Amino acid sequence: MTEHTKTDGLPADASIDRGLPDAGLPTQDTPAAGKVVCNACPVLCQISSGRTGACDRYANADGVLVRVDPVVMLRRVLAETPGAVVPFLARSPAAQQALVADPLARQDEVFVTGIGSSTTYPDYKPAPFIVASQLGGVDMVTVVTEGIFSYCSLKVKIDTDRWLGPEQAAVRCRGEAVGHVTTAEYGSQMLSLGGVHHLTGGSKKEGRVTCDMMEALANQQPMELTIDGGAQLRIQSARAPWVNGVEEHRMRVGCGSATVGIFAQQFLGQADEVVVVDDHITGVLTQHQAGKCLDMRPSGIRIRGRRSTPGRYFQVALPGTGWGGTDLDDPLAIVEGWDPARAWPGLRLLMVSTTGEQAAWYELDEALVPQPAALPAGVAAIVERIGENCEPSTTSVLFLGGAGGSLRAGVTDNPVRLTRAIKNALVNVTCGGAPAYVWPGGGITVMVDVARMPPRSFGTVPTPALVAPIEFSMRLADYAALGGHLDAVRSLADTLAHGAWHADGAPRSRRMLDAPDGQRWPIGSSPWLG
Amino acid sequence: MQAAHRAGLPGQRWHFQHGPIDLVIGADGTPAAVHASHDAAWNRFASILGELVSELAALRAPVGQTCPLHGPVARRMWQACHPFRAEFITPMAAVAGAVAQELIGCYQREGVARAWINNGGDIALHLVGSAHVAVGLCSDLARFDPQAGDVPLDLDFEVRAAMPVRGIATSGWRGRSHSRGIADSVTVLAATAAQADAAATVIANAVNVEDPRVVRRPACELKDDSDLGALPVTVLVPSLPHALVREALSRGRARAQALHRHGLIHAAFLVCQRQVASVPPRPYDAPDSPEIEGRALGSLFA
Repeated sequence: MTEHTKTDGLPADASIDRGLPDAGLPTQDTPAAGKVVCNACPVLCQISSGRTGACDRYANADGVLVRVDPVVMLRRVLAETPGAVVPFLARSPAAQQALVADPLARQDEVFVTGIGSSTTYPDYKPAPFIVASQLGGVDMVTVVTEGIFSYCSLKVKIDTDRWLGPEQAAVRCRGEAVGHVTTAEYGSQMLSLGGVHHLTGGSKKEGRVTCDMMEALANQQPMELTIDGGAQLRIQSARAPWVNGVEEHRMRVGCGSATVGIFAQQFLGQADEVVVVDDHITGVLTQHQAGKCLDMRPSGIRIRGRRSTPGRYFQVALPGTGWGGTDLDDPLAIVEGWDPARAWPGLRLLMVSTTGEQAAWYELDEALVPQPAALPAGVAAIVERIGENCEPSTTSVLFLGGAGGSLRAGVTDNPVRLTRAIKNALVNVTCGGAPAYVWPGGGITVMVDVARMPPRSFGTVPTPALVAPIEFSMRLADYAALGGHLDAVRSLADTLAHGAWHADGAPRSRRMLDAPDGQRWPIGSSPWLG
Repeated sequence: MQAAHRAGLPGQRWHFQHGPIDLVIGADGTPAAVHASHDAAWNRFASILGELVSELAALRAPVGQTCPLHGPVARRMWQACHPFRAEFITPMAAVAGAVAQELIGCYQREGVARAWINNGGDIALHLVGSAHVAVGLCSDLARFDPQAGDVPLDLDFEVRAAMPVRGIATSGWRGRSHSRGIADSVTVLAATAAQADAAATVIANAVNVEDPRVVRRPACELKDDSDLGALPVTVLVPSLPHALVREALSRGRARAQALHRHGLIHAAFLVCQRQVASVPPRPYDAPDSPEIEGRALGSLFA
């Protein structure tokens, strides 16, 4: 059962509309005759046919609101000024001759992304860009479009041990339920945000807030979220998360037990007992297998919580944003006492968190009560090393969407052949040029790290749904075999000069960006199959 | 509806965008102060467009005797245009400069030596101590190649902290905003960005001659909801006789001189069809100066 902001049934306007006019963004208000209202920003321009709005980014093309953003291309070796907008020219015989001289059209260096490419409506029309190029003498083709994704979500990995909220708790944005906390992973808390049930299954407002939240996070923008019964978050792709107003710096080196194991030898001789406080598994050195192997003398410490195996304790405290992801401000709260037969006055105790961010040093007095003392330099160096071994805490935002539906018709007149060709590793799938993981099983469910995509790759439509770039690259022969729209194939040189094969809401200019370092070139690579 | 958006640019600059507003921002100083300034500017930026839209009807109406506006940016637009109310002007003439000026306040703090906010050619500055900025006027954007290293400047000058200049604005018929004149570009230095913006608009309108070869159309036929209504604006200026261009420039210069006398501007550079005029005058001004090369003119700021 999906947690909704309002659970008063499905409003009539929230039906899932998969057949939306893709290039045209429908508007909410009834504008004056012949005009369309642009709802891309608060100005809400009413635009007459053939004109652009105040921003010059949106226009009225025969009663349909279109984006006039340039289509984004990636270039391996950049000669053209990055980011410069170059207008497309109308096709004519003279222009065709000029193409040949264009040095940009070297066949294996430019990749046309779906960003700003627009889509075609109705679905059976070929995708706006079907670009032929060459790779090592082999004819290749890339089918480029912007997909409208009603079925899509963001999977967010937040590198922190801090407790963000109970599993299944609703995640809210501006008070609306937009997702939930899902199963935690190693050193990280996981959120699942967006998805069809929040986009279109709840109230109209829930859908719109969800859509805006997804677009912002997917476009690598910061977003404030709250978790029911949990933390307040500020997250942004590839940036450190903020939990309850505090910036997280480190991902833990390991659980408390692992930390004991990694550093046991270095602690030998420097401390008589080490407790690594961790919400998951708190480690106690002299009881742990690592301490035993080093013949360490048992300290007689007694730890609260549930003992798992020797030297490993679950649930020493409640989860929270204190020491090691617990709610502790004072680590001694987990020490139940000392066995007088084993402990001794002068015993040196280190308590440390799994990131090394918190550490405290104690010595037992005559009554076997720990007394705080200054951290010796040798021990401080090990604590520092724990910190050094923690990777920087970051937030990873992965876009997950289903491309197995109607947009396939823009690629081929027999859509299932595209699905099969991908599964047979004949067709590479990328989003804005970034490698997209293709999930196993039926359909074309892809997942991509938004940090690998160019800025502002995503848009929205009022359905509400997300607009994301998607490209299918393959050999021309394979494209022909799967029933591709060969009539709409244009050479790379032609595309660089003139843009899409049709003029109906297609971008009027292009923008060249550097291909990111270390990213597989989309053309000629195999798909990233699950 | 898309929210405000920002993205980092090379050279530690920021690009802020919301609807029709595009800003490029740079700042020098201690990292902590610069970071805090950028954060403050970003926080302020998010609500500016909404504030302006809430008073859009009044902002598109001609400036009269009393200010009907409430928002700080809207009031600044109106005040910058107020000295020019004898002719038709709406507060929208200063919108770009006023937005840049609002955000430059976020950089006026300890640790920031220099900052600039470029709103499509209308620039707000923050300069303290020995800080200065170099400004170049490039006569032909087609010749401009950022990768070549050297930029073919036809005019370059420095704005130093000691000068009473915190705003630079450029207006012309080729720009995004409509002009009623035929100037390729009029660049104005003034105390604030909003004042520079309004003055550049007014002076560019004054660089004008009546000639049937100049194509003009009612503003409302070019852009819906234009604040200029049915007033004719320039859409095409063919190559005109030298003397006609000189006449247009001298009318513009006279307007600029009047503004200079009233302390509304610090300096102005007027360019039309390869002829130049300056206020205060410079040695190369028309009519005796040789023509400068090129066609499209624009200001360049680095």
